[in-house]
Amino acid sequence: MGLYFLCIILFCVGLYGVLRKRNIVKIIIGLAIMNYSISMFFVLLGYKFNGRAPIESQDQTIANMVDPLPQALVLTSIVIALAVMALLIAIAIRIYDRYGTFDITKIKRLRG
Amino acid sequence: MELYILLIFMIFAAFVAIEMQDLFSSVIAMGAVGFALCLAFIVVKAPDLAITQLVVEILCLIILIRATINKDIPLVIEGRWVFNTMATLIFAAVFLFFSYQAIRELPNFGEPLMAVVRKYMEEGADKTGSVNLVTGVVLDFRAYDTLGEAAALFAAVIGIVTVLRKTGRSGHDK
Amino acid sequence: MINNTKSGMSLIVRTVTGLVVCFIMLFGIYIILHGHLSPGGGFAGGVMVALSFVLLVLAFGKDASAARLSKNLASNLESVGALMFLGIALMGFAQGSFFRNVLGKGSHFDLFSAGTIPLSNIAIGLKVAVGLFAIFLALVILEKFKEGK
Repeated sequence: MGLYFLCIILFCVGLYGVLRKRNIVKIIIGLAIMNYSISMFFVLLGYKFNGRAPIESQDQTIANMVDPLPQALVLTSIVIALAVMALLIAIAIRIYDRYGTFDITKIKRLRG
Repeated sequence: MELYILLIFMIFAAFVAIEMQDLFSSVIAMGAVGFALCLAFIVVKAPDLAITQLVVEILCLIILIRATINKDIPLVIEGRWVFNTMATLIFAAVFLFFSYQAIRELPNFGEPLMAVVRKYMEEGADKTGSVNLVTGVVLDFRAYDTLGEAAALFAAVIGIVTVLRKTGRSGHDK
Repeated sequence: MINNTKSGMSLIVRTVTGLVVCFIMLFGIYIILHGHLSPGGGFAGGVMVALSFVLLVLAFGKDASAARLSKNLASNLESVGALMFLGIALMGFAQGSFFRNVLGKGSHFDLFSAGTIPLSNIAIGLKVAVGLFAIFLALVILEKFKEGK
């Protein structure tokens, strides 16, 4: 139970970064931390004590494997998170080229 | 247990990454969070995820460092700072309280229900022919999700190539 | 391949890269092909192959790599990978439904087993590798935003 709560605390640290920071790169880092915390939470949901990895081998039975379904979902999620963050960073680079700053409060005041 | 140590380290490193003034150092701290997550995946017996998280984290660090090198802004504290921070902290406290009430309903850590996945585990190796159950689930039982993920990657690549190209329209107004 | 221009990295990095980059790509291809036998799969292997190309561009500078690894080839090849994955999915119509695993299953622990799963891994690995390398090229060869052309 304490492990789940620590994951939610990590999520709140990322959320604080997204809400309160003025630098675009800090906002992107906050989003990445939120991604990591939720991936961790999902995989922790499927852990079994004294389990083993969900790969069959020639001499062991399937009796005590950990849950492979959350791992399959998180595998998809990790790659999509990479794609989303790459797109955000490309937009941030373009914003810096056009406005000369990463500050989000200054972007709406300057014009090209 | 090792998971507690890794999670507390991740919380500290995330806090350092958010609060540090130098952009380069905060990117490196975020890399530390990612690598600790890879170690946590190994402890929880998920080798597929550990390999994927490691290489994805390296690529993410390369892209972030390329974006932030030699670009810093000075720190300026604008008005209404106290009110904004207090509002965020109160919202985080309410969120933590309600999520604690929700987490208490989950099954205990280490004893999952495994009601949905029992059929996948018993028939997976025979129906798909693959020994790696996670690959069997991703590419055979749930192949639609992989198709959606391929589409999302495709859209992201097109978006990035479009955003970062030289615009050649004539008559672009100021 | 001695690089005489000032871009790229020092002589030690260039020498070690020239010796090691083939092994990185080979390891990535191994992870893709053995996705149904050991941990890994198309996504992790594809990112590893992309990282081997990124290492080449970082070590030898972007001027030396621009002629051989162009962005148009990367974009076209990524579409080929996506179409290959879709073709494998449509092949399932031969036995009833979309995405059905139609090829023979073989016995466990063989390399040529598990039906269409190794083919899907190859298609996904190709797509992810070339797509991520195209992203990296777009970020490195950044063209400046021209005002009022």
